[in-house]
Amino acid sequence: MKKPENAVKERRQINGNTLLLLITIGLFIVMYAVGCVIYAGKGFTHLQNFLNILITNAGLLCVACGMTCVMLTGGIDISVGALIAMDCMLLAVGMSEWGMNPILLCILVLVIGVVFGMFQGFCVGYLEIQPFIVSMAGMFFCRGMTAVISTDQVSVPSDSLFYTWANAKITIPFGGYYNKKGILQVPYIRVGVVIALAVLVIIFLVLRYTKFGRSLYAVGGSEQSAAMMGLDVKKTKMEAYVLSSFLCSIGGICYCLNTMAGSVSQATGLEMDAIASSVIGGTLLTGGVGNVIGSFFGVLINGTISSLVKTNGKLLSSWANIATAALLCFFIVLQSVFALLKDRKK
Amino acid sequence: MSRIRKITQMKLFLPVFCMILVMLINVIADVAMGKVPWSFFTISIKNGLLYGRIIDVLNRGSEVAILAIGMTLVVSASAGTDISVGSVMSLCACFCCMLLAGYGVSSTTSFAMPLIVGVLGCLLMGVLCGAFNGTLVAYLNVQPMVATLILYSAARAIGLLFCNNLIVYIRVPTSGLSIGYDIFGGYIGPIPTPIIIAAVCVAVMTIVLKKTAFGLSVQSVGINRKASRIAGLNSQRLILLCYIICGLCAGIAGLVASSRITSADANNIGLNYEMDAILAVALGGNSLGGGKFNLAGSIIGAYTIQAITTTMYNMGVSSAQAPVFKGIIVIIIVVIQAPPFKEFLAKQRAKRQQASGKEAASV
Repeated sequence: MKKPENAVKERRQINGNTLLLLITIGLFIVMYAVGCVIYAGKGFTHLQNFLNILITNAGLLCVACGMTCVMLTGGIDISVGALIAMDCMLLAVGMSEWGMNPILLCILVLVIGVVFGMFQGFCVGYLEIQPFIVSMAGMFFCRGMTAVISTDQVSVPSDSLFYTWANAKITIPFGGYYNKKGILQVPYIRVGVVIALAVLVIIFLVLRYTKFGRSLYAVGGSEQSAAMMGLDVKKTKMEAYVLSSFLCSIGGICYCLNTMAGSVSQATGLEMDAIASSVIGGTLLTGGVGNVIGSFFGVLINGTISSLVKTNGKLLSSWANIATAALLCFFIVLQSVFALLKDRKK
Repeated sequence: MSRIRKITQMKLFLPVFCMILVMLINVIADVAMGKVPWSFFTISIKNGLLYGRIIDVLNRGSEVAILAIGMTLVVSASAGTDISVGSVMSLCACFCCMLLAGYGVSSTTSFAMPLIVGVLGCLLMGVLCGAFNGTLVAYLNVQPMVATLILYSAARAIGLLFCNNLIVYIRVPTSGLSIGYDIFGGYIGPIPTPIIIAAVCVAVMTIVLKKTAFGLSVQSVGINRKASRIAGLNSQRLILLCYIICGLCAGIAGLVASSRITSADANNIGLNYEMDAILAVALGGNSLGGGKFNLAGSIIGAYTIQAITTTMYNMGVSSAQAPVFKGIIVIIIVVIQAPPFKEFLAKQRAKRQQASGKEAASV
């Protein structure tokens, strides 16, 4: 008699949102497997190829984690791409022209992120201005400030401590392969990946087990109910934006570790990549539903698509954008269909 | 005091106030630079063409003004913004140039197809994009921002595919009676064509709003979708229609923008125009939460943005640095409009009145 009961319970646990997450994970695995089969000769099967996706998208992963937190409260933050450009420019110019200490610069970047987030959060939380407009103004401001710092393309000098960080390889003891010359290629990751994965784990734990994390979900689910439960809705919203901008600054450092340069047009459209990753990962823009694990897979899918297009070599790079958009469309339609079904059940 | 109150509470107060402020700044800047104070307003005719800074503002602001028409409707009906208009502009321009030059041709001096086919194709593409966005928003209940995010990232990429990753130049000048591709961004007689196109668009929309119940229905859908459906309005179809109009406006704007440079530069046409269009709507005193709208406000808002940009270029701010000021201006405007800020001001005023009352009593 026990067995059917368990089955019912399990079936109940897999609701629409979990199913979406499972579909995302499944899609990533399928996509990667297809890539492995088609481009086996071009090195797609090596562990390093997967790690490269992580290396190039370390910054995006940090940003997507922050974006997920903001989206959980029902808001949006489109200033992240411009903020990353400003961070990179500050790091590059700070090291090459002002001769500042990289550690000091990183702390400065993080502080700027927090202050910027506090301002945005104040406008959204306490002044009740639409998040889209506030972060749009933030985007204009940051993009312009990047140009105020410098309009040239500045690269990080090769003698700095930052350069050693960026070039540090953290090797992985397994998954190596011998290349054509018979030399063992040991897979490696960069510092940025470690930072990004640490951020991912911490945010996952924060969302799951802390009061702050739970209140983000509560505020996103229903502001009124959250307020009635005694939560400080305004403060929670503000904290979400501070967290987003802070994580974005960390992402900026990771991004700079990867590109080693600052330019005005850097990271344009990154905010949309981050939003797309979160949505593909099952986060709803209405708030209250979502998970950073989903966003992680969203970022991976994003990276896999561009990696596939790059490995092919013949396709125009715009196909990557189109594929991501098509996928986004698929998930959005799926989400709304689930929502419609839910409504009908009620 | 009460008269000032009355003026500040008028619908068009904010956009007109901003416009006047920008003009004042221009006058002050001109005086500071040792020019004639009213040089912003002077219009002259050089080589048979109208010339002057205000003409420049009207000319360059046409695209944003056209976009603002569609954006106002979308914001009003669906309480969300269409962030795809800039990309759709680029897509429409690329499609038009592909039709006129033929696929894979990067430069042409004669049309592969009659001009009218290209123009109609461009507008049709805009309508299609609008219909796609509208279907997602109206029938699948997707939030407008997410729905338009799809085309935001895809449209520009599809445009690149149409152009085969090239910049397509159409070097067919207007001479005599034969109309070239530069007509839409150039001049008809002494007047810049974009101004005429924008004026026609605004006029048509105004007539539609005045003569039909369309505007009223859109507002009622925006205020309460369910209630207006129960009252007998087809909310879904109305929202779809608003998005289609927005797409059409994006198509027209794309045509103008690409005709200005007589080419289809997929990566740069309409870049960040969606932000300007949304800003125009917000500047026009419209709530981004949907409901009541004011088209005149949006149009004035659009030209105000262009006036700000032109002023900044005139003062020697580089185009890359200009967004700093734009960002600050946006924040100031929305903070002034925010209800909590207004409440705060009202409280302060009440306190001051109380204090002065007490003083009067003690004296």
